[in-house]
Amino acid sequence: MRGVISAAGYVPYHRLDRSEITAFFGSGGGTGTRAVASYDEDTTTMGQAAADLALRSTAVDARPEALWFATSAPAYLEKTNVAAIHAALRLDPAVGALDFGGAVRSGIGALRTALAGRGSTLVVAADTRDGLPTGADEASGGDGAAAVLVSDDSDWPVLAEYLGGASRTLEVTERWRTPEGTGSHTWEERFGAHVLGPAAAAAWRDALTDSKLGDTTSIDRLVVTGLNRRAVAAASGAIGAGADALVDSLADTVGNTATAHPLLLLCSALEDASPGETVAVVALADGAEAIILRATDAISQHRPAAPVAVQVASGRPLSYGRFLAWRGMVNVEPPNRPPPNRPSSSAAQRRTGWKYGFAGSRDRTSGMVHLPPARVSERGGAVDDADPAPMAHVTGTVASFSVDRLAYSPSPPTVFAIVDFDGGGRAPLELTDVDADEVHAGMRVVPTFRRLYTADEIHNYFWKVRPVRADPAAP
Amino acid sequence: MSSRGICDQVAVIGMGCTRFAEHWDLSLDDLIIDAAQAAYRSAGLAQDDVDAFWFGTSQSAASGLALAGPLKIQGKPVTRVENYCATGSDALRQACYAVASGAYDTAMALGAEKVKDGGYQGLNAFPIPTDGTQRTLTAAAMFSLMLPAYADRYGVDPGELRYAAARIASKNHHNGARNPRAQFRREMSAEQICAMPAVAGQLSVFDCAGVADGAAAAIVCRAEDAHRWCANPLYVKGLAVVAGTGAGSLDPDYEYTTMPECAQAAADAYAQAGVSEPRSQLALAEVHDCFTPTELVLMEDLGFSSRGTAWRDVLDGVFDLDGELPVNSDGGLKSFGHPVGASGLRMLYEVWLQLRGEAPAERRIPDTGRTLGLTHNLGGYPGEIVSFVGVFGTESGPSS
Repeated sequence: MRGVISAAGYVPYHRLDRSEITAFFGSGGGTGTRAVASYDEDTTTMGQAAADLALRSTAVDARPEALWFATSAPAYLEKTNVAAIHAALRLDPAVGALDFGGAVRSGIGALRTALAGRGSTLVVAADTRDGLPTGADEASGGDGAAAVLVSDDSDWPVLAEYLGGASRTLEVTERWRTPEGTGSHTWEERFGAHVLGPAAAAAWRDALTDSKLGDTTSIDRLVVTGLNRRAVAAASGAIGAGADALVDSLADTVGNTATAHPLLLLCSALEDASPGETVAVVALADGAEAIILRATDAISQHRPAAPVAVQVASGRPLSYGRFLAWRGMVNVEPPNRPPPNRPSSSAAQRRTGWKYGFAGSRDRTSGMVHLPPARVSERGGAVDDADPAPMAHVTGTVASFSVDRLAYSPSPPTVFAIVDFDGGGRAPLELTDVDADEVHAGMRVVPTFRRLYTADEIHNYFWKVRPVRADPAAP
Repeated sequence: MSSRGICDQVAVIGMGCTRFAEHWDLSLDDLIIDAAQAAYRSAGLAQDDVDAFWFGTSQSAASGLALAGPLKIQGKPVTRVENYCATGSDALRQACYAVASGAYDTAMALGAEKVKDGGYQGLNAFPIPTDGTQRTLTAAAMFSLMLPAYADRYGVDPGELRYAAARIASKNHHNGARNPRAQFRREMSAEQICAMPAVAGQLSVFDCAGVADGAAAAIVCRAEDAHRWCANPLYVKGLAVVAGTGAGSLDPDYEYTTMPECAQAAADAYAQAGVSEPRSQLALAEVHDCFTPTELVLMEDLGFSSRGTAWRDVLDGVFDLDGELPVNSDGGLKSFGHPVGASGLRMLYEVWLQLRGEAPAERRIPDTGRTLGLTHNLGGYPGEIVSFVGVFGTESGPSS
């Protein structure tokens, strides 16, 4: 049996109320909210968050043999983005890590390829969705990520068995963006529906056949998704999906996370699925991809580290002004301090374990944790006698903090804390996903992988901490 | 292992100090030349009489060439010293030890900094290529951690403690107003300072040192030769430097209510100088008040106040110009300004003036008959500090 071993979504903390767009411009916007990546998040960091949650949502110590990453908003071209996720997950160098580049379709495509393939693969998809102010993409888009671990049941218990899938490819310039472009372009929506609807229906018929299933009525939970809403509606009709089976699109809360969305909705569906239920995903983009799964008895043991529903419910409002500043739509006066220099690639590479893996060292003699790792122990002076001390999953407490209104930051003020980690170790770290006013000594925090700043087109990734929210499972 | 010191082996025989200010019209070379010439005049000697030079600058220049060039020092050893904001004091320490070793008869330590050519307010660290994981906070934010930690540790009302910090700034503004070389010469009340907007933690810009250009210099010789040059020299009693390991940023036991490196350096310097009761033995102290919480905690680390009581001593005026132990009678970093590499030697300049009765009458410390003065100079942040403590006196031999 082959299928899904684990699955997890990541929804960033900030929410833009679409009515703020309408209030500001007198047009655009709409109802509900969309999820917004923080100024220090990108597709790589959100992908890392989802991948980490997926690996932590299994009872077994599942380590994939391959790591695939799909996004339409890559932090880099040429350089492999998922290598940073690989390093932050502290995966073995033998784990091959590949980017699936550029197209929205690549997320669901990577997943279907993994399900139809061999070995164990962690498929990660993430997107940040931009559009010009008042445009449809700005309002309907959402930022987020999802990760699905695929393998055979010879390795670990399968939560949902892959029954079959199919694909339809269409050369059509229905939605497009050049690498330099800000925001996407679309042809008339009705044309997209005209070509994508039938493609989805055809892929769906083939997927049912491939899965040896009779018709759509045998599907308990059905995801139909795509960026052309009219096409999605057309496809849903053509497929004959019953309203009861359709999985919530999260359009009113998160928005459409594009490349990540089919995986995010699959994660959401699996969190609710019962043993024996069939779960299907049909994703429309330049044709369509369809996959069909059946939940196994193991699904009842699925304990997501942070359920999608909990993350969706835990967001906090973000003003439209901040949203525009974070997305580079409005330039805000920075503090009058020199911007930071680019990090040294050679220095960073030597310290991959710290910078990406957030692993300090624990002195074998005194047990003292050193952050960053130290060759000579602070207590006792032992030399080169320490073990790695991975801290990415260790909760800490704010010992002291300061709000710095003078320091350079992409989004001032800088809130930083002296963090004492449970079980030992202290580090001065920046706080994120937090209001300066809510920080207090004693606040509980957990590490989170973020992009500190960008200099000379080098993204400086490192770890910050964020508050542990009321729900202990929420990220 | 021991720190034996060089008590009474070396004497300061001349000093010079420029005005500290935003010297838009003076270059680093100008400042160096002005401070050096003032020191030569003070000692009554010529540049050719100085055998070796130590040049302290944090980030305005590199190497001894930056001193030898503008001063046209011909065929002599010149060494550049850098130790964060303790740079000037460590240049002095090198010069003193070189003379004490017998290698040279005379030496000059000169500290200078040109900070106002960078185009930004505040001090900015020299960019060293790193892995990008170092925090990019301001020093103000790091030192701001000390107020809440102190309030919590000793149960002091945060508002009252914040007022005590502001009173330190107010005192230093009061003293600086009486100092023609100081950058800021306007008195500020503690109430005015408390009303300023916070920029880092509870600190306002008026809790921060002035950022100024400037230079200061000292000429030293063997103690037995001092009267050849100077009728009333200042004897070097003790010089101590402690560089921390950064333990405070690693160790959850560190509380941000003390700077252990400063206490260690003080203990070393006091032992060298034979000081056992600093609060009653010292005539004055010039301490590194880069931010108001720094001076507060230093009063305890240097042994002037017992733990948890410095805030009360501050409010009681113990460290005022006419107090029991005047601290920063020249205005300190707060009011005199902080040209990084020059500040340690500027502190010594005030000790030089006060102990020898040359300070202007309006800021002269009370005549207590005490003959010792202290300079304290630090670099870094709470948790990772390099600290200097020096003790100087007008009498050779045990102090009265």
